[in-house]
Amino acid sequence: MAGESDAIPQEVREYLESQQRKRLLRFITCGSVDDGKSSLIGRLLYDAKTLFEDHLETLQRESRRAGSGDETLDFARLLDGLTAEREQGITIDVAYRFFATDKRKFIVADTPGHEQYTRNMVTGASTADAAVILVDARKGLLTQTRRHSFIVSLLGIRDVALAINKMDLVDFSERRFEEIRDEYVEFARRIGIANVACLPISAINGDNVVDRSARTPWYRGPTLLEYLEAVEVDADRMQRVPFRLPVQWVNRANADFRGFAGLIASGALRVGDPVRVGPAGTQSVVTRILGGDRELPVAVAGQSVTVCLRDEIDVSRGDVLSHPDSAPAVADEFEATVVWMHEQPMLRGRSYVMKIAAKTVAANVMPLKYKINVNTLEHLAATRLEINEIGVCELELDRSIAFDPYEENRTTGAFILIDRMTHQTVGAGMLRFALRRSQNVHWQALDVNKVARARLKGHDPCVLWFTGLSGAGKSTIANLLEKRLHARGQHTYLLDGDNVRHGLNKDLGFTDADRVENIRRVAEVAKLMVDAGLIVLVSFISPFSSERRMARALFADGEFLEVYIDTPLAVAEGRDVKGLYKKARQGQLRNFTGIDSPYEAPERPEIRVDTTAISAEEAAIAILGELERRGVVAGA
Amino acid sequence: MHHLTHLQRLEAESIHVMREVVAETDNPVMLYSIGKDSSVMLHLARKAFHPAPLPFPLLHVDTTWKFREMYAMRDQVARTPGIELRVYRNPEAIELGINPFTHGSSVHTDVWKTQGLRRALDEFGFDAAFGGARRDEEKSRAKERIFSFRNAQHHWDPKNQRPELWNLYNARKHRGESFRVFPLSNWTELDVWQYIHLENIPIVPLYFAAERPVVERDGALIVVDDDRMPLAPGERPQLRRVRFRTLGCYPLTGAVESDADTLPAVIREMLLARTSERQGRLIDQDSASSMEKKKQEGYF
Repeated sequence: MAGESDAIPQEVREYLESQQRKRLLRFITCGSVDDGKSSLIGRLLYDAKTLFEDHLETLQRESRRAGSGDETLDFARLLDGLTAEREQGITIDVAYRFFATDKRKFIVADTPGHEQYTRNMVTGASTADAAVILVDARKGLLTQTRRHSFIVSLLGIRDVALAINKMDLVDFSERRFEEIRDEYVEFARRIGIANVACLPISAINGDNVVDRSARTPWYRGPTLLEYLEAVEVDADRMQRVPFRLPVQWVNRANADFRGFAGLIASGALRVGDPVRVGPAGTQSVVTRILGGDRELPVAVAGQSVTVCLRDEIDVSRGDVLSHPDSAPAVADEFEATVVWMHEQPMLRGRSYVMKIAAKTVAANVMPLKYKINVNTLEHLAATRLEINEIGVCELELDRSIAFDPYEENRTTGAFILIDRMTHQTVGAGMLRFALRRSQNVHWQALDVNKVARARLKGHDPCVLWFTGLSGAGKSTIANLLEKRLHARGQHTYLLDGDNVRHGLNKDLGFTDADRVENIRRVAEVAKLMVDAGLIVLVSFISPFSSERRMARALFADGEFLEVYIDTPLAVAEGRDVKGLYKKARQGQLRNFTGIDSPYEAPERPEIRVDTTAISAEEAAIAILGELERRGVVAGA
Repeated sequence: MHHLTHLQRLEAESIHVMREVVAETDNPVMLYSIGKDSSVMLHLARKAFHPAPLPFPLLHVDTTWKFREMYAMRDQVARTPGIELRVYRNPEAIELGINPFTHGSSVHTDVWKTQGLRRALDEFGFDAAFGGARRDEEKSRAKERIFSFRNAQHHWDPKNQRPELWNLYNARKHRGESFRVFPLSNWTELDVWQYIHLENIPIVPLYFAAERPVVERDGALIVVDDDRMPLAPGERPQLRRVRFRTLGCYPLTGAVESDADTLPAVIREMLLARTSERQGRLIDQDSASSMEKKKQEGYF
């Protein structure tokens, strides 16, 4: 049977016991191919004897094949995982490497230094306790050094080692080292990095990497490995921060057991502690803490546990447990730093799925305040974020959440943004603070409300959202329908795309960003009119389903009726009442829906009109029939 | 201050990953290969959901060519209360009588394992499958995400992986798409052995040295586990003291000579080892990028 032995060798027993005390440190290495970053990691792995023989053989074989020339091992090759990258000779994604010493196990995130891959560095930095930033001693601090340091600081890494590499090529000059060190320490202070260490090394030759170099007698600091074995593990620091447990999963093992499972993000929890459930604010007391099948008296940041409470209170996935006297804030509007990670830019007004700890909510991107030039740290005015850009914007959620500013808590302040259609992770961000209006400005409750106004009208206020290609017949049908409603004494208003663009939206063009804003304003206007008790007909191409969803989200259930005027492109283009298709085909009109800008057809519209089967008049009658069937208006 | 050890941190991360999958997918499954990594993964899963039974079944994609001791272990696990274990054998492979001797290792592995896994996932409609793979095993795995997205054809696109930040996993997908999820991504082989020792996790006895009947094939020591193994004229299996660092189909899995017949002895051997474990697997040696190609096609 495994685990039994009557003669465990003494040295193995000692070894296994020492392993019980081994800690885990995750760090990121930043620098370009030329800085010798991959060589440095290779050197750490090699000297820590974690390179296995067959890996070494492959390495030797491949170094020869790639013609790196001499017999020196090309450590960089070891780290390039994927075929195409190997051929290009560059690393283009995040790779994780492992090595261990007697004191610690290390997970290294290796990320590229190439300009266009900010997103990879952000990814690698997000889980790192510390960062090792490489510079070439001959070149000193470069633009990319500042960029890497800024990202590292932005992601909340407090400990940074500046590894000044290739010291052998500057004759191990103390003066050169000091020049670079002094300049960097000043820069790091300016961007808010708490702890900086500068080390003179030569990755190729191993100076001050694992073993102290005889060639830098003037250097008194640690070797890189000594530094990595001593620097504070983030999980330890998080134990000093107020307790947070985002609830991942509710364990209902049986009728008598209800436990709340999650990974403790910060602080410590003891049996008997009072806890508060955010954002609801309900309270209870901890009766049990389970770590697997073991009962724990206390649990700390970094442990996955299941917590049982004394009272039958409502707790679900996404809620955050805390101590009552140090609870997280609750809000639904934030200022956040966002790193964009997708080719499709981030657009103002667009709604994304936001995942923060175990909670998933809808988030609208409000005005972008500025984007940050990561090379100069300048703030630049912007209306959208492109891939690899970092910006500060406001976010509006569809509900309130419990949160902490990211700089206080890397779990309850970090989020990703997911595209609703493609389900791709398109952005990542860090909450800075809640907007005061979200905490302090409450909706003014008025005595005369929507229901009261609607009663006066004798119908249910609603918005009929006509969508379809240019020339599909939206405005024609909407106009005919409005005439019929008006004839019945219903109070209506028709918002037409062209007309609104002459007034309210005349400052907007036809780029994706402007189209989103166009729809946002119209949806808000329609909302006010519905609130006033009207039946609002909106006739807008509104080509993107995410914007129509955003519009729909403004209204109560049953108030928003999507009317899809379904006309094939060929038919609409054949009509070409305004001659726009012709212009678009000739290239005189850019971003024209159906030609060089997509139309995303509704998947489940409340009403669909096939204009190839019925006339505009028949369509208006059919829609009216549907309104009667839904009880929006009374039957004639 | 209560310092957590590296194994406690790894354990907590794996459990967190498993709970995310259960919370965010509709029909998860845990691939159970009977090896040591599967044993660790199963142990972690039971911790993650204790005292509830496992909220997903185990799936063994069988090739009919595993070691007999592996089948014995699997059947023992299947009898454990609170565990549902399903076995899938690719009907096409059964029909064609695919085996490593007639068809070679790559066809055998492709039809039984790669195709078999895809068919099993499609037939049962699983939308997330846990695998025990680790990033330290092989170069192309070092860049794979913990939540690894697969399109409706089960293909992995290494150029277009979703960014994975903090411990925020994006498990959203369209119908037909799925995830392979690797809760042991950040474990090393040594971590696995230490954890088995610390937690006293049962593993297949083949990991421990014993006298076994061995023949040499292409420099690898192959244990003749049953009489389906064709021998060359005059070839006689020799009893040698061997053990396995990795387990798979017996004709494709090389043993190493060893005296390590206890867990501490195995760990000591690990510490002195200078050869990484996948070398025991004959399928990896086809070409430099063979694993990456297999992965793109849907191999775990």
